[in-house]
Amino acid sequence: MKILVTAKRVPDPEQKVKLKGAVLDVSAVNWQLNQFDEYAVETALRLTENASSTGAGARAPEDQVIVCGIGPKDVQQQLRQTLAMGADKAILVDGADDALDADVVARTLQKIVEKEKPDLVLMGKLAADSESNDAGQRLAGLLGWPQATFACTVEITDGGKALSVGREVDAGMETKKVRLPAVVTVDLRIVAPHAVKNGKTASDHAYAEGPRYASLKGIMAAKKKTIEETTLAALGVTPTLKVKTIALEAPPARKAGIKVQSVEELVQKLHNEAKVL
Amino acid sequence: MGNVLIVVEQAEGQLRTASLSAVTFGKKMAETTGGKLSLLVIGSGVDKVAAEAANLGAADVTFVDDGALKNYLAETYAPIVVKAAQEKGVSVVGVTATAFGKDLMPRVAALLDAGMAADVVAIVAANKFRRPMLAGNVIAEIEVVTPIVCATIRQTEFAPAQAAGAASPVAKMDAGPIDAKGAEFVSLAAAKSDRPELTEAKVVISGGRGMRESKNFDELAKLADLVGGAMGASRAACDAGMVPNDLQVGQTGKVVAPKLYVAVAISGAIQHLAGMKGSKVIVAVNKDPEAPIFQVADYGLVTTWEKALPELMTEIGKLKAAQR
Repeated sequence: MKILVTAKRVPDPEQKVKLKGAVLDVSAVNWQLNQFDEYAVETALRLTENASSTGAGARAPEDQVIVCGIGPKDVQQQLRQTLAMGADKAILVDGADDALDADVVARTLQKIVEKEKPDLVLMGKLAADSESNDAGQRLAGLLGWPQATFACTVEITDGGKALSVGREVDAGMETKKVRLPAVVTVDLRIVAPHAVKNGKTASDHAYAEGPRYASLKGIMAAKKKTIEETTLAALGVTPTLKVKTIALEAPPARKAGIKVQSVEELVQKLHNEAKVL
Repeated sequence: MGNVLIVVEQAEGQLRTASLSAVTFGKKMAETTGGKLSLLVIGSGVDKVAAEAANLGAADVTFVDDGALKNYLAETYAPIVVKAAQEKGVSVVGVTATAFGKDLMPRVAALLDAGMAADVVAIVAANKFRRPMLAGNVIAEIEVVTPIVCATIRQTEFAPAQAAGAASPVAKMDAGPIDAKGAEFVSLAAAKSDRPELTEAKVVISGGRGMRESKNFDELAKLADLVGGAMGASRAACDAGMVPNDLQVGQTGKVVAPKLYVAVAISGAIQHLAGMKGSKVIVAVNKDPEAPIFQVADYGLVTTWEKALPELMTEIGKLKAAQR
C-alpha cells in the first residue's frame, strides 16, 4: 500500500500566543509538526509495517509512506522528523503560510495525488493553528474519493482493497468502510496500542501509546532520504485564496474570579450571586 | 440578494437540537443578505423531521427522502446539498459544527468550489465572520470571497431557533443519482445515557485525571444527576480509559457553554479550556492551588474531590429542599 501523509508545521500549542497588531507575532514561535499529522505518520507506519515485540519490521517494497508538506523552506525540519520516524520520502511544496487556505492546500494535494498515485491519503483531522478541519474532506470531494474523518481505529480489509474505520462521532463510535483509494483523517485515539490493524502485524500486537520517537538509526537514515522540492506554479496550482484572514485579536478576557473557602460558601455564592443553582 | 440554505441534521428520524443554532444563524444571514431562508432535511423516513423543521420560521423546507440515505454518508449527502443550493440559488450554505456538519460541509464546499468559514462564532457581514483559532486563544475575522459561502456554526454561540407561528411550506426534492463512491456505513456503537446531551445541558460536571479511576466518576455522576446536568471529562481522563471518549470536553472533544460548568480535578490544559471557556459561570475544584483552571474559574475551591463531592451533594441537596 502506498500512503501519502500530509504534514503541517504549527506554533507550539503550549507556547503563549502573541499578537503584533492584527497578526500573529511569530518572531519567538517554536514551530513544530502538527500533532494530528504526527499521528497520521504513525498510523501510516503501522499500516505498512510488520511489527513485532522486537520492533518495526521491514516494509515490503510496494508499501511506501510519502510525506507531503506545504510551506516555507523551514518545513524541511518537520519533514526530516517524519523521515526519521520511518517515512520513505518527503515532498516539500514551496508556499508562504499566508498564501494558503484550505482550498489551495486541497488543490495542491490533488496534484500531488495525481502524480504519486497513492492508495490512501492520511491527514490529521485538523491543524492546531487554523483549526478549520476541512482540507481532508475538500481533497476527498475534489478527487471524488470516499472519506473517513475523525478516525480512532483503522483496519485493512478485503485483501487490501478497503479500510474499516472507527470514527469518533457525537453519538459514540461509527464504523465506516471505505474502498481504496480514500482519504482518512485521524483523531487522537488512533495512536492507542491496538488502534491500527494491517493483517501483517499480529492482531494482538500492542504498540506503545502515542507516536514513535525517531531512533538514532532512524535519524541517521533520514539524512540519506530524499526531500523532493516543488512549487505551486510547477504543479499548476493558482494560489487564489477563497478565504482571507482580515485580522486577529485576543478573545475577551474572563474577569478574575475568586477563591472560596468552603463548599457551603461556594453553593451560597452560586445560588445568591451567580444565580445558577 | 442571495438566499440562505441551512442543513438540518437528523438522527433516526429525530431532528437534532444542535441544528437549531444553525437555523438561528440562517435567519441572521438572511436578514444580512436580504434573501430568504430555506431548510434542508436529508434521510430516510424524514417527513416528520421536515414537518418539525417547518415550525422554525424559515421561508420553506425541502426534504430528500430515500432508503439509500438512511445512514449519513458525506459521499451521498454532499451532492444533495449541492443540488439544493443550486436549485435555491443560495449564496450561503450553513450547518452546525457537529461531527456531522464538520464532516459534510467541507466536501460540499469543494463541490461548489466555494470558500468555507469553519466554526463561526459571529457574523460580521454577508461574507465576513469571526471564528476562534489556536485553541481559542485568538479570534480571527475572515472574509470568504467566493460567490457561495459555506459555513459551519459553533452551536454554543447561536441560541436555538424557537418555533414560529405559521408553518413554512414543505416540498420534497428528488435525490438525483446516489453514489456512495465506495463508502459504506457499517454500524454505530451509540453511548446511551439518561443525562442531557453534553452540548445542550445547562449544567456540566466534568472530571479530570485527578479522579484517578473509572468508579470515582460514579460520584461525579451523582452530582450531575442531582443538578440535572451532563457529565463531561478532560482528555486525560478519556485517554486513561476512565470514561468513554464521547464525554471529552475540549478543542478535540466537544465545545460546551452551559450556564454552569464545574471542573473537578481538572488541571486546565489549554486544549480543555478551549472547549469550556464560553461557559457562563465556571467553578473549579482542585487540590493544587496553582492549577491553570483557576485562571478561568469564577469560583475556585482548593480541596480534594473526595472531600468536595459529598459536601456538594449535601449543600445542594439542602438548597433544593429549601426551594421546594
